[in-house]
Amino acid sequence: MISLDLGKDYRFCRGAAIGQIVQFTLPVDCRKVCPRYQQPDRNVAMFKLTNLSKALIIAALVPALSGCNWVVMSPSGDIASQQADLIIWATILMLIIVVPVIALTFWFAWRYRASNRDAKYSPDWDHSTHLELVIWAAPLAIIIALGAMTWVSTHQLDPYRPLSRLDEGKPIPEGVEPLVVEVVAMDWKWLFFYPEYDMAVVNELAAPLDRPIKFKITATTMMNSFFIPALAGQIYAMGGMETKLHAVINEVGVYDGFSANYSGAGFNGMRFKFHGMEEADFEQWVSKVKGEGDALTRSVYKELEKPSEREPVRYYSTVMPDLYHKILNRCVDPGTLCMEDMMSGHKHAAHKRESKQESMPAVAGHHEH
Amino acid sequence: MSQSVAANTNLNFIARDHHAPNGTLFGFWLYLMSDCLIFAALFATYGVLSQSYAGGPTGAELFDLPLVALNTAFLLFSSITYGFAMLQMQQGKRQGTMIWLAITGLLGAAFLAVELYEFSHLLHVGAGPQRSAYWSAFFTLVGTHGLHVTIGLIWLVTLLVQLKKHGLIPENRRRLFCLSMFWHFLDVIWIGVFTFVYLMGSMA
Amino acid sequence: MSDQLDLGKLIFGRLTWESFPFHDPIIVATFIMVALGGIALVVAVTRAGLWGYLWREWFTSIDHKRIGVMYMILGIVMLLRGFADAIMMRIQQAIAFGDSMGYLPPDHYDQIFTAHGVIMIFFVAMPFVVGLMNYIVPLQIGARDVAFPFLNNFSFWMTASGAILVMVSLFVGEFAKSGWLAYPPLTGILQSPGVGVDYYIWALQIAGVGTLLSGVNFVVTIVKMRAPGMTLMKMPVFVWTALCTNILIVAAFPILTAVLGLLSLDRYLDMNFFTNDLGGNAMMYVNLIWIWGHPEVYILILPVFGVFSEIVATYSGKRLFGYSSMVYATVVITILSYLVWLHHFFTMGSGATVNSFFGITTMIISIPTGAKVFNWLFTMYRGRIRFDVPMLWTVGFMVTFVIGGMTGVLLAVPPADFVLHNSLFLIAHFHNVIIGGVVFGVFAAITYWYPKVTGYKIDEFWGKLTFWFWLIGFYLAFMPLYVLGLMGVTRRMSQFDDPSLQIWFQIALVGAILIGIGIICFLLQFYVSYKKRDQLRDETGDPWDGRTLEWSTTSPPPQYNFAFTPRVHDNDAWWQMKANGYQHPKSGFEPIHMPKNTAAGVVIAGISTVLGFALIWHMWLLAGVSFAGLLGAIIVHTFNYKRDYYIPVEEVEKVELQRGEVIA
Repeated sequence: MISLDLGKDYRFCRGAAIGQIVQFTLPVDCRKVCPRYQQPDRNVAMFKLTNLSKALIIAALVPALSGCNWVVMSPSGDIASQQADLIIWATILMLIIVVPVIALTFWFAWRYRASNRDAKYSPDWDHSTHLELVIWAAPLAIIIALGAMTWVSTHQLDPYRPLSRLDEGKPIPEGVEPLVVEVVAMDWKWLFFYPEYDMAVVNELAAPLDRPIKFKITATTMMNSFFIPALAGQIYAMGGMETKLHAVINEVGVYDGFSANYSGAGFNGMRFKFHGMEEADFEQWVSKVKGEGDALTRSVYKELEKPSEREPVRYYSTVMPDLYHKILNRCVDPGTLCMEDMMSGHKHAAHKRESKQESMPAVAGHHEH
Repeated sequence: MSQSVAANTNLNFIARDHHAPNGTLFGFWLYLMSDCLIFAALFATYGVLSQSYAGGPTGAELFDLPLVALNTAFLLFSSITYGFAMLQMQQGKRQGTMIWLAITGLLGAAFLAVELYEFSHLLHVGAGPQRSAYWSAFFTLVGTHGLHVTIGLIWLVTLLVQLKKHGLIPENRRRLFCLSMFWHFLDVIWIGVFTFVYLMGSMA
Repeated sequence: MSDQLDLGKLIFGRLTWESFPFHDPIIVATFIMVALGGIALVVAVTRAGLWGYLWREWFTSIDHKRIGVMYMILGIVMLLRGFADAIMMRIQQAIAFGDSMGYLPPDHYDQIFTAHGVIMIFFVAMPFVVGLMNYIVPLQIGARDVAFPFLNNFSFWMTASGAILVMVSLFVGEFAKSGWLAYPPLTGILQSPGVGVDYYIWALQIAGVGTLLSGVNFVVTIVKMRAPGMTLMKMPVFVWTALCTNILIVAAFPILTAVLGLLSLDRYLDMNFFTNDLGGNAMMYVNLIWIWGHPEVYILILPVFGVFSEIVATYSGKRLFGYSSMVYATVVITILSYLVWLHHFFTMGSGATVNSFFGITTMIISIPTGAKVFNWLFTMYRGRIRFDVPMLWTVGFMVTFVIGGMTGVLLAVPPADFVLHNSLFLIAHFHNVIIGGVVFGVFAAITYWYPKVTGYKIDEFWGKLTFWFWLIGFYLAFMPLYVLGLMGVTRRMSQFDDPSLQIWFQIALVGAILIGIGIICFLLQFYVSYKKRDQLRDETGDPWDGRTLEWSTTSPPPQYNFAFTPRVHDNDAWWQMKANGYQHPKSGFEPIHMPKNTAAGVVIAGISTVLGFALIWHMWLLAGVSFAGLLGAIIVHTFNYKRDYYIPVEEVEKVELQRGEVIA
């Protein structure tokens, strides 16, 4: 098993980290320096450039100015953190080839310039078995390493896979059930169902710290992509389909969430805030939703379903039974046949709800681990 | 540098009387392969949507296999008659070539007529291409094949006129070869359609 | 009354006065500029009395060299349009922060980014690459033309026809607001009822026919028409890459045709392939379009690899290092390019095993690509490198491309892709490989082969200026996008809230402006070189001490390319001929068999344009008439049996002796 995590002590702002790893200097805990990415700290990213090649590496990767503003590299959820670490390791691995190639290009270009008559000239030299072996083997070796890393990490960080830990060295306590959030990408807003609390929220999402979250994601019409960079990678939201994402938030904060897949006129405003909260604050937020919200009935939903842009946050204290399931199966309107009941034609009309995943078009895997 | 080349002789570097071979048949075959990929995409689409009845009728309920078998026979026989036309061509017999071609054309037309009848029947019972993704895929796959046969027929008629006008000149022989490949290609595709859409569809 | 209305509908379809975007001052201004420019051009050509010449010698020409040049001109013209779109997007993103909505409403902005992508790929990069292959491949294999010269002319006009439809969409109606691959359900009839998506569909379908036929043409040309002695492993590397590219075209474009066909059935006949309801499956579209789309990027990049292989060997004065490994690498890339399409949508929810399979196959492509880069490096090693402009582009390419390759492999790691997908990091990556690869390569090729085409070199100063503006402009324009991607910024946004991002977009705008200056220099270099053509003239036909057969004939080559078909013994055929003291023959000429020019290509493609326009606007009457016309024109064309002629020996002798004086 290849460990992809840099370890607890390396949990710092990754924008600064790459340069520091390359330089083998002491990591600075960026979380202490800048607990949230919204507060950029330029000092962390100051590193000494000792020679040209290091400067090149750094220039290619980290224009040093940005510091902690790079949410993708310094996220606040365990899954996204592992993804960021993976980016760093993959980059370092590839730099083993890329840096020499760039250096050699400049060196050969300079050394063998036509005006340099001291350099050796062999106009007919066009083959060397040893060299050929090296130039095929070197990328191959890197790709074998990277391929192994890819295989392991893709399975470990599979969005469909329930979490195996809350954070580095922090297993999931016995009996903790994930918080289920059902996500619907609409034109052009996000609707989040909390089945555990029988409530729904438009364009705002909250979750308690260190509790696994299980997102079930679908869409009404357009294809969107559900993405909270600080929390975890994105996954598409598609009409009549359900995708899944497992994640956990480890730090209190207000994070950006949005659609990462262009979906038409209102796409630009399809943004929401994701709140990572202490357990007690989360409970308070829930009671606020329950207290302030209206009922999400069919007619309210039909009104909400109409295309609109930059919708304000809305709370719904109760939800019409099975609404998410009906949206997923495209049968919110009374009298419409649900997809799960008709996918297999006349003969298999009466499908059980549990088996709906198998009966959906299967280009995207709908699998449970 | 190759040692086989004697120094300073132009002759080694010039090819007199060189004529590049005609590439029409190879080119047409390449085109057919690309056409085959269009069908591959349509077959794949049909495969993906083969259960997407959306609560509507299934293929198995509506296919009239004997009729389709008759249609298959039309097309297979037309391939054989095209073969006879080619045999006549090789013997340099224009008249015979044209007669067999005409018979091929008639069989092709019969195939199209039956297909159109089948389509109109399906539309009549409410299994049009708009009914469900399954029927969209069905009509598109089978219809694309039918469209090809139609184009083949137009080509065939054009070629008959050209044969009448110019006889079995090399250009026309080449065209007969190309149409022959086209016609047999459509036959092969139809065998795929018949097997995957009709036979396997009826069993599903 | 209602009869009249119906008749109007039958004739004009959906076209009304409201279809013309008079309300948009930007478009009106553009239209006036284009119209004035067009009128000026028409007047100039008329006054110079050039219409007849253009028609006879260019538009109806089946000479691969002329067609190649026409492709390049089409590419340059469309580059200007594509770049205008680019700079508009850059300006919008640099100013639209906080309360400012910028100057482009989403409705217009969305059309611009779609048009930018479509134009740059289909009507800039493709014509450039196909144009280069057209001009160079027959010369490099010692042939007199391509296998199907008429088809070649027809292919060009079909490509041009697609470009015309895209240009028309600017002034009549609208273009798609869907992104360059037009994913449904967004592009379905329910979500996009307008004409934009239809413009997209028909422009690509018509241009696609041209591309496919040109692919067939070149595979046959390379397989059948090589000079005697030129075995496969003696073909110049550019010809190898052209062969692989055209095989990819033949094997990929049918999928595009099919998938766009299905989308049009959904839109025109209410079918349900990609709809949300009634069993449709939009994921199938995404799969199919990328089964075409991924090979497409290799269709663009492979010929450019070939260009760099030619250039690096020529300017290093050295045989190409590792010829056979170069060939194998090209073939491996060709095959692998079909096994990676899913990496464009790891985030659609395929399982971990499927995702890692496609991730790893993607990475494997970097092995042969890496080998190629090393081969170019070791060609430079122990060479005598002359830094003429094409070589500058080559070094710029090698450095830039490996960076793009690296970020590409990074995106191939699925968990990394989950956070980088659809972000500006992705945008930076593919511009890094397309500009750093395809554009640099095409510009290098233009500078390299320009003396072959015109008989004089490109002015060095302006060539270098073009290079430096593009290089620096590229880094300034796209490195900030990598950063923005890591800051979690998504593509296709027309407005932003977070003001801390703005500085990066402003830097990118500066880069885009530098690229714009680079384009101006690129155009000026042709003008300056033309003015200085007497100084820059190349009398030898071989200005760079070249290695391959195109340099063995005059610049520009005679219509028939070679009076005598060359006999080949080595993959650097011309280099070897020179080394053996080859002299151009002065006697013993024979009549030469050549194809005749024909107007059929222009006519058929022209009718196709009309048909496309009619279908876009639902003008069913016009559609029917033009379809019948199309069929008729094709049939009439097949009745033309007199398609070739012989150039008499006296004429060959006259031309050759004139050339002989020049070359000798």
